[in-house]
Amino acid sequence: MARSLSLLRARAPLAAINNKDPQSMFVYILKRVLATIPVMVIVAIFVFLLLRLTPGDPAAILAGDAATPAQIERIRDRLGLNDPLLVQFFTWIGQLLRGDMGTSLLSNTPVSGMVASRLGPTINIALMTIVISVALAVPMGVIAAWRHRTWVDFLVMAFSVLGFSVPVFVIGYILIQIFAIDLRWVPVQGYKDPSEGLGAFFSRAILPSLTLATIYIALIARMTRASMLEVLGEDYIRTARAKGVRENTLLFRHALRNAAVPILTIIGTGFALLISGVVVTESVFNIPGIGRLTVDAILARDYPVIQAMILLTAGIYVFVNLLVDISYSFFDPRIRY
Amino acid sequence: MTDAPQSRHSAFQVLTGVFSLPAGARIGIGPMIAAALLIAIVLASILAPLYVPFDPLKMNSSARLSPPTDDFLLGTDQFGRDTFSRVMTGGRISLLIGVGAALVSVIIGLLIGLVAGFFRIADSIIMRIMDSLMAMPAILLAIALVALNGPSLTSVIMAITIPEIPRVVRLVRSVVLSAREEPYVEAAIALGSSMPKILLRHLMPNTFAPLIVQGTYICASAILLEAILSFLGAGVSTEIPTWGNIMAEGRTYFQIKPGLIFWPGLLLSLCILAINLLGDTARDMLDPRLKKREG
Repeated sequence: MARSLSLLRARAPLAAINNKDPQSMFVYILKRVLATIPVMVIVAIFVFLLLRLTPGDPAAILAGDAATPAQIERIRDRLGLNDPLLVQFFTWIGQLLRGDMGTSLLSNTPVSGMVASRLGPTINIALMTIVISVALAVPMGVIAAWRHRTWVDFLVMAFSVLGFSVPVFVIGYILIQIFAIDLRWVPVQGYKDPSEGLGAFFSRAILPSLTLATIYIALIARMTRASMLEVLGEDYIRTARAKGVRENTLLFRHALRNAAVPILTIIGTGFALLISGVVVTESVFNIPGIGRLTVDAILARDYPVIQAMILLTAGIYVFVNLLVDISYSFFDPRIRY
Repeated sequence: MTDAPQSRHSAFQVLTGVFSLPAGARIGIGPMIAAALLIAIVLASILAPLYVPFDPLKMNSSARLSPPTDDFLLGTDQFGRDTFSRVMTGGRISLLIGVGAALVSVIIGLLIGLVAGFFRIADSIIMRIMDSLMAMPAILLAIALVALNGPSLTSVIMAITIPEIPRVVRLVRSVVLSAREEPYVEAAIALGSSMPKILLRHLMPNTFAPLIVQGTYICASAILLEAILSFLGAGVSTEIPTWGNIMAEGRTYFQIKPGLIFWPGLLLSLCILAINLLGDTARDMLDPRLKKREG
């Protein structure tokens, strides 16, 4: 909090924020929030149809190989699969709105409970990844732009091109080979909750986070560099240099804040990459998170879990991008609603 | 009825323009190496059946997990199949999936994008649907599609294609939206050219150059996505070796034989790297303004 306050105070065009009509800002945010509703409704329709219109009968899967047609029919009835599609859809939506995500076909436990118990590891790894990525990628991009066309710039660009080209799981295995097998610094796989000891948590979470961070760093560093290059060419940067502003202040206070909007956008849209990466990374490192849960559910055709997970990840994506959109004005006072 | 003036580039000019250089422009050494590398990988993959020493599917129980020898250049896997033969042959399917996914998503995206860009009523509905598709993580959507439709080659290509379509649609739509304000399009409308003619003859050619660039990126990401799908157990069935499923089958033996992941991984990464670099080069040549921004 203190940090964000000091950011505000240091900002020169503070007046611009005060001049901003709070009502129009509120209207903008409201509009933006309302605009997410049709998107989520279409996602829900899509997920629902995807699972109903493709071959594969959940009742048959649930009943097992030895079931008679009569048994399968009874299960279909119990699951409501014999109702008309529209009835099924609204029953499902109604349950969702009451916070009921259904019951897993395989484990016969409520999906919401399954998700809740698996959420911890994923959130911890994702947070660590975002912190590592932003902490490394933004300075990398800034320095690459500052030392444009030197070997530093070349290294950063080479890293970011490589980060896009190597599959996440190959990066994971390379890191395991080096740090867990050759150097024996950390365990190969597994997960421990921070409550079981921070050392145990970090030693197991660091490799998955670094694995996930690679592509995110590549993305953010590239965008930071491009955005900074544009800003560094502007007149006020030359003016600031001429009046003797220290290079550090110039880069991180004058230039970076003005270059922030595209960087924020990419952090938001790149969030989809992070979600996808989580799925793979959890599989490589044997982490019991929601990524593993989803893959296992899809491969076993556990319909209620698949529906809930795709909907949930889409919801998270939409929400993060909503926050990013709203935060633009904080970073760039020129943006009015 | 006379024809409206033609749009500035014919499809042919745009296509060849990618490869012919503007006066004074130079191609750096990087793209040259990337092109050479990509051609080498593509040729090596296509011609693989002619030179690989073993049938990639032939199991050999007396040579399981063999280290590299004179016979087995890169060793063998847990079934005694020759890794070298498998990796070289696997490239064929991986590349096919990449090119296939790029073509299908560009064609479908182009059609939807033209409609969205030109017809106001369709636009908002189509774009909401595209936003929703983009909100679903590509990997989850793709594994779900493969798991539900079976692990065939077509179903994998479709599964990779569908999440890519919204990006193509957005691109085409934005190009059409700006092109339809151009005088030659207004002239065509004023002269009463038919709707399909305006769309196909005047607006569509504007999209070719950016689509070629987008297509190369989709090709690269499709190859990557195939590998990830296979790795998660939702790829092409293992009777057809691909870079992805060779790595997927090798993961159990990773600690004994890391080569089963590293060799296909290396080839795949080099291939994607080359395609991405060429895509960047094509983009810079087609639009010098972007070059300036990217540095």
